[in-house]
Amino acid sequence: MAYVRRRIGGALLVLVLAFIAAYILLAALPGDAVLARYGNPDLGLTAAQLAEIRAAYGADRPQLVQFFETAGSFLRGDLGYSIQSGAAVSALLAEALPSTLTLAALGLVSAVALAVAIAITATHPGLRGHRAARALRNLLRGLPPLMVSLPVFWIGIVLIQVFSFQLGLVPVLNAGPIESLILPVATLAIPIAAPLAQVLIRSIDEVLAQPFVSVARARGATNTWLLSRTVARNAVLPALTMAGLLFGELVGGAVVTEAVFGRMGVGQLTAQAVAARDTPVLLAVVVISTVVFVLINLVVDLLYPVLDARLRRSDAAAPTRRAAVAVR
Amino acid sequence: MSAQTLTPSGAPAGSGAPARAPRLSALRPGVVLSALVLLTALAWALLPGVFTAQSPTASVGASLQAPSAEFWFGTDATGRDVFARVVHGASHSITAAVVAVAVGLVVGTTLGVIAGSVGGFVEEALMRLVDMLLAIPGLLLSLSVVILLGFGTTNAAIAVGITSIATFARLSRSRVISVRRSEYVEAAFGSGGTLPAILWRHILPNSAAPVIALAALQLGSAILQISTLGFLGYGAPPPTPEWGLLIAEGRDYVATAWWLTLLPGLVVAAVVLATNRLSSAIGQGESA
Repeated sequence: MAYVRRRIGGALLVLVLAFIAAYILLAALPGDAVLARYGNPDLGLTAAQLAEIRAAYGADRPQLVQFFETAGSFLRGDLGYSIQSGAAVSALLAEALPSTLTLAALGLVSAVALAVAIAITATHPGLRGHRAARALRNLLRGLPPLMVSLPVFWIGIVLIQVFSFQLGLVPVLNAGPIESLILPVATLAIPIAAPLAQVLIRSIDEVLAQPFVSVARARGATNTWLLSRTVARNAVLPALTMAGLLFGELVGGAVVTEAVFGRMGVGQLTAQAVAARDTPVLLAVVVISTVVFVLINLVVDLLYPVLDARLRRSDAAAPTRRAAVAVR
Repeated sequence: MSAQTLTPSGAPAGSGAPARAPRLSALRPGVVLSALVLLTALAWALLPGVFTAQSPTASVGASLQAPSAEFWFGTDATGRDVFARVVHGASHSITAAVVAVAVGLVVGTTLGVIAGSVGGFVEEALMRLVDMLLAIPGLLLSLSVVILLGFGTTNAAIAVGITSIATFARLSRSRVISVRRSEYVEAAFGSGGTLPAILWRHILPNSAAPVIALAALQLGSAILQISTLGFLGYGAPPPTPEWGLLIAEGRDYVATAWWLTLLPGLVVAAVVLATNRLSSAIGQGESA
């Protein structure tokens, strides 16, 4: 229970710190959001009018007051207003979210499927004998490092080039809702599948080298039985720690993918916000993704000892070891 | 059947290949090839004039020519030589990546070494700071910095560098802590050494190797991230031959001129792949 409390406390602290950092970066340092919108000399506003607008938005009060007000309104779910359009950021996000969630969910599912397929084939013991099989194995093992090294936006452009223009398989113009998802999902899935496949391959290799696998095999276990009963359960754990990292990749991937394919969504909203220096929108996106990111890491941290009994024991052993050191 | 399968798996199969040649890893063909790719890219960055006589920003021929003996990577919509642009782009992209890694390395290692060697409240505070940096998804953090500093290659490089501070800080802290516990450091303290002197003489040199391997790895990912920022339009302004921007400009001609995006992208991928390969070779060399 102390473990759970410590983890939750740590996560909350990190969230508060991250919010302060994001606020400093995106609200305090860039200066006045009101001046950024109305300060343009072309608008012909006098200094007095500007001061009036600033007072109306509350931008003339001390930074600290503004910070706590922003924090309070974020907690209430009010994310502020876009400088660019004046619309409520929460409305903009609500409009953009479904498209991005669909893209991200499908991308994640395809990435996991792709990574598992690569990892299982590349580590299959049957592929060790034959020469051609070994070549396939080496090819598959070389695939994840290659996939990590490709720029995401370039993958998207090349997929459009090959599948839409050369082969004519996926229409670019007048594509249906499903057709227009195929290439973006593939673009998003490739960079996410790569690190996952690397970790899976490494951990399956490690588990396969364990003595208990040899014992099970000596007693007549088949490869499939081994994979599903013992190897998978042990090898999935390291992959779980990647959940937070993968979410970060998903967010970054969504920004780039939506920019390449011109899809409306949170990523596109973010890219436009940066181009227009629309700090309130970016602040909201940063804060929301940080909350999700920290929550995912917290859940993984809490799940880990539940799923892996060995960790429960080492967690209990840690204080005693520390006590022993202190005595010495 | 079981006897046959036991033999290969009995001698741990996974460790078979690496155990064979960890010493020779520096001479493997993949590593040599990677070093060659990286050296070529560095030479492009330092001496672009040696590799191409063409200007990266002036029209030198008809627009949208396919690759030929004269224009290896073809020409773009305004008749500029794409190969010349890629060669000259190396200096922008690689310099930016080096700046990014330097920011992460210097700031991150400083934080990590201070945290690891001072300990106590300072360590706690610094590591919370690092946790905070890790909690914001990478691209969003660099976008926040870009929106604050403004667009441009150097600003994009700093933004990318800031995202890697946390990784460097964590690694160097854990290295410093483990070296600090070793007996020769305790002996140095026992024989009257001061913390800064021991830090400089014993702790830093013995903590450096994995940090350098990480720096090599970060160089590749910095090239990728900077080209991403360039592609999104937050890096160098248009006539600059930055790699990400180059690919972004070729995007409009994707239906007719495949070489504008495919070839620069392959160059970026090759350089990043080479750095990753070299970094893992450095890492293996250290552990062997």
